[in-house]
Amino acid sequence: MTGTGAPEVGTERQPFVDTPLTVTDFVRYQGASGDMNPIHHDTEFAKAAGYPGPFAVGMLQAGILSTYATDWLGASKLRRFKVQFREQAWPGDVLTYTGKVVGTRDEGGETLLDVELACTRQTGGVHLKGWATFAT
Amino acid sequence: MDPSLEGRTAAPFTMVVELGKISEFARATKSTNPDYAGGPGDHPVSPGTFLASAGFWQGPEHSPLAGVELNWHRILHGEQEFTFHGPPPRAGDVLTGVSRIDRVYEKAGKRGGAMNFAETVTEFRNAAGELVAESRGTMIETSQAAS
Repeated sequence: MTGTGAPEVGTERQPFVDTPLTVTDFVRYQGASGDMNPIHHDTEFAKAAGYPGPFAVGMLQAGILSTYATDWLGASKLRRFKVQFREQAWPGDVLTYTGKVVGTRDEGGETLLDVELACTRQTGGVHLKGWATFAT
Repeated sequence: MDPSLEGRTAAPFTMVVELGKISEFARATKSTNPDYAGGPGDHPVSPGTFLASAGFWQGPEHSPLAGVELNWHRILHGEQEFTFHGPPPRAGDVLTGVSRIDRVYEKAGKRGGAMNFAETVTEFRNAAGELVAESRGTMIETSQAAS
């Protein structure tokens, strides 16, 4: 990898600590993505469904985790991004985004970087686990 | 969900990757990366989860879940994966998407009982018919409302 500018295995990106989640964040993402499920912004609807109130749109934090990774390793270099949704996140949560290069491999004449990512709540609970692959 | 639904494929839809939508999506996901910005004539690349907005271009006939009876209060989004066979789509790209139910299976839940999984895949092809991206979602049907 020397000389290519690509980070070595074990390199971690400085964590990103976001401002507390708001329902406005959810609404902005829902408008952008087209997923208007009211459970993320309508208190009465969320309560009727058995929740204390609206909860975070997992795909919003997935999107933030993805851009956290692409701001680091390159928007046009992204080849794969996967998230697994764990604990729900709630308005007021302060989420921390982290990433680490965990491997390199050669595939089809290209060197690929494998990255592990996470989005963690202020409680220590894991909201998202993520995996990404980048071209170099 | 019935395993016999595996392979159920919806009608193709056309999606235009739009400059303004890329900018809106990047902003909503708190990115300030200039690679996602552009003016007239620019063709910025789209964010890694941008294809989540494909629903704007899909009517019921483009969803393999149309007409499938599901209890949405018991359905969780378990996983989501985007694969790109080259750089992610750029503004101005015209993609043809085809969605299908790829897998339906059961796993034992942590607290007993079975959990039902369904994976849907949307394949995106460019004007030349080349596969450029895939979006795979995993849904989990639980026996009770999620908490």
